[in-house]
Amino acid sequence: MSDELKPDELLDKVDHSPASGSWMDTTVQIRPGIFSYAAKPESLETLSAPNPRQWNPLDDDWKLPENWQEIIHNGIKERLEKFRTFKIFMDVCVRCGACADKCHFFLGTGDPLNMPVLRAELLRSVYRNDFTTAGKILSKIPGGEKLGGGRPMTVEVLKQWWYYFFQCTECRRCSVFCPYGIDTAEITIMGRELLNLLGLNIDWIATPVSNCYQTGNHLGIQPHAFKDMLDFFTEDIEEITGVNVEPQFNVKGADILFITPSGDVFADPGTYTCQGYMILFKYLKDKYDLNVTWSTYASEGGNFGFFTSHETMKRLNAKMYAEAKRLGVKWILGGECGHMWRVINQYMDTMNGPADFLEEPVNPITGTKFENAKSTKMVHITEFTADLIKHGKLELDKSRNSNRVMTFHDSCNPARGMGLLDEPRYCIQNVCDNFFEMPENTIREQTFCCGSGAGLNAGENIELRMAGALPRANAVKYVHDKFGVNTLGTICAIDRAALSTLCEYWVPEVEVYGVHELVGNALILPGEKKRETDLRMEPLPGMEDDDE
Amino acid sequence: MKQKYMLPLTGVFLLFLLAYAGVEGAGMQWFFGIVVPYAAVLAFLAGFVYRVMGWASSAVPFRIPTTCGQQKSLPWIKQNRIDNPDTTAGVFVRMVLEIFLFRSLFRNTKAAFNRNEKNKLTYSWEIFLWLGALAFHYSFLTVLLRHLRFFLNPVPACIKVVEYFDGIIQVGLPIVMLSGFLLLGAALFLLARRIFDEKVSYISLAADYFPLFLIIGIAVTGIFMRYFTKVDILGVKTFTMGLATFHPVIPEGVGGLFYAHIFMVSILFAYIPVSKLMHMGGIFLSPTRNMANNTRMKRHINPWNYDVDIHTYEQYEDHFRDKMIDAGLPVDKKE
Repeated sequence: MSDELKPDELLDKVDHSPASGSWMDTTVQIRPGIFSYAAKPESLETLSAPNPRQWNPLDDDWKLPENWQEIIHNGIKERLEKFRTFKIFMDVCVRCGACADKCHFFLGTGDPLNMPVLRAELLRSVYRNDFTTAGKILSKIPGGEKLGGGRPMTVEVLKQWWYYFFQCTECRRCSVFCPYGIDTAEITIMGRELLNLLGLNIDWIATPVSNCYQTGNHLGIQPHAFKDMLDFFTEDIEEITGVNVEPQFNVKGADILFITPSGDVFADPGTYTCQGYMILFKYLKDKYDLNVTWSTYASEGGNFGFFTSHETMKRLNAKMYAEAKRLGVKWILGGECGHMWRVINQYMDTMNGPADFLEEPVNPITGTKFENAKSTKMVHITEFTADLIKHGKLELDKSRNSNRVMTFHDSCNPARGMGLLDEPRYCIQNVCDNFFEMPENTIREQTFCCGSGAGLNAGENIELRMAGALPRANAVKYVHDKFGVNTLGTICAIDRAALSTLCEYWVPEVEVYGVHELVGNALILPGEKKRETDLRMEPLPGMEDDDE
Repeated sequence: MKQKYMLPLTGVFLLFLLAYAGVEGAGMQWFFGIVVPYAAVLAFLAGFVYRVMGWASSAVPFRIPTTCGQQKSLPWIKQNRIDNPDTTAGVFVRMVLEIFLFRSLFRNTKAAFNRNEKNKLTYSWEIFLWLGALAFHYSFLTVLLRHLRFFLNPVPACIKVVEYFDGIIQVGLPIVMLSGFLLLGAALFLLARRIFDEKVSYISLAADYFPLFLIIGIAVTGIFMRYFTKVDILGVKTFTMGLATFHPVIPEGVGGLFYAHIFMVSILFAYIPVSKLMHMGGIFLSPTRNMANNTRMKRHINPWNYDVDIHTYEQYEDHFRDKMIDAGLPVDKKE
């Protein structure tokens, strides 16, 4: 990482004025720091994905199948019939430019092809050429292609697709501003599906997908190791609170199955959020005899299949209902994760439902019916916790978080693919005293992506990630300077990893916390000893000088 | 760069000349006044229906609205029923606001970056595209409605009301109709944006300039006929009523400018179904706007949903059984 750009150097490069000339005439320059490594063949083989092979994006020869153009052509044709979104979004864009400066990657890199409209035009230009009446006629006249904005599918175009569809985090911010609701996420999803038909995935997606399929989670944590990790957290929590919060696994007949992204089990600072969940479940067990089980089989909330193809998404997601059915639980509770919740909220029931073997979710402690989840039967943990807090069912000591001056980052998918905005804020405000919002153009439905979503949280594309992180970081810095904010709260596992890197790079004084880490700090367990540290083993406010 | 707008500009100019010269020079009134308009209306109707049917025939496998506000959740959390609707009524209001008031565009902001000590990215409300778009579309609609007077006899009262308000400033004779000038002004604004705004210029295609030039041409010829050359209005009405009643006639004393106007309007009509101008139909069908965000409440059916291979729990347990037993994890089969 020694050749990594310094923040100042990166800022010097920010220029939002596109060069002159036509983008269609540009050739793609695949640049280290921006692109992610190619998928390893073994990872593609797990799910029998097409064309697994060793290849390098920097090579001229991408080892494409001979009939690759035909595969792409048929792939587009099939998807135009299967997805009205795709067909309409190919047809109705008027290129008004409202989306142009809404993308964090455009704002951070200044690369004009990162304007959402041009990302879509990469595909649209081929669509116009091959699938529209006007395009077909114009392509027969010399120079006619240019008039209609069409171009034939070439290797050069394919490389452009690959480069730029893996520079989109499917965050949907542009779609908020589009007068026709054109959703670049949907276009990127189609683009990536098409690329996957040729085996052109990136490894940071393909390998987690393969792991998740075989082992149950993206990180490939085997069942015993998964248990070990949580046992290790149990020891830490016992040291801090004096209470043994040992979780239960794969228990048949439990009330609730809990599924969270494996990042929470494996990667700091998500691990502290995980400890927060464990403390909450122990509390609910002791006080209200609620039985929550974890699963090692369905041990992944996230779904990198979503970044691969609809089919892969379905294959990975199927485990949630399968495991809930096998264990005979009443309903499913989901942890803090971004894209996981877009999948659950907008896809799961349709793909793998109906979940008629589960009960309509009711909080047994408060009696609240989760009306909004009555078909899918999966509840978001901040919906659950907010309900508990509202009914006064949790005993909380806010002062333990009084050194946290909070702001909250809305994760893209819960914000724009769900609308989970006030639940996490309610939780935070009940466990923390100091909360300040970032500027309104950067939160809620207008929130900026962390820059690393949709499978782009790799190491080799760090320049892209930090550039894409700039708009978010800029808003964090604003509240840090103005209100002394030192903590960025979030409800997404990728965010917990990505925002930590983002803050380290752009706003080093700010730390990243999951909402349930704060809940875990504040929640008073029955029979706990006087806590001296928070879950990070740092002294609680007022305990800084107490040397034992 | 320049050729992106010079070519469409030249094209529109040639279309104008073609009709003007065709009528003034070759006396082809019947062609530009009768054949072309009928063909254009047919192409418009058939093409429009074909395109909309094409969209409608594509499946809607998932319910994926873009949510722009708080979801329906716990009873004490205030839902944004319009921007994150869970009912058809909410979706209806969202669509009405989108279609009639361009609500999403209203949110538009402009980002700016200051490379200095603070390195601040700022976002300011950018209202002009919204204003320009609204002025453009509504003046176009008004002009269109006003023109119905040429195709209906007697002229319905509602058209007269539109005319009354359009001419409310009571200036000049013939009275100035605001909509025509507003249309021209708005189209020029949108054109200027495309040429002078660096980003918009970069994303624009020849196909984005062509309809703008065409509409500007239509507005200019219309304004000329009304206020300057004072076209023989009775002759025009005889002609248009002939078209509307399928007894086309070519009146005396109506010149090439009028036929150029009619020709450009015909081109515009025929062009709509093969172009981005189909956005007028597409907006109604856009799944990110016209669906309720209630998939967790009410199951959405994917018409082409198919079974997939999954890695079952049994396969998983078979793979890891020994390790699971060693770790004290429950298993379904002991051996």
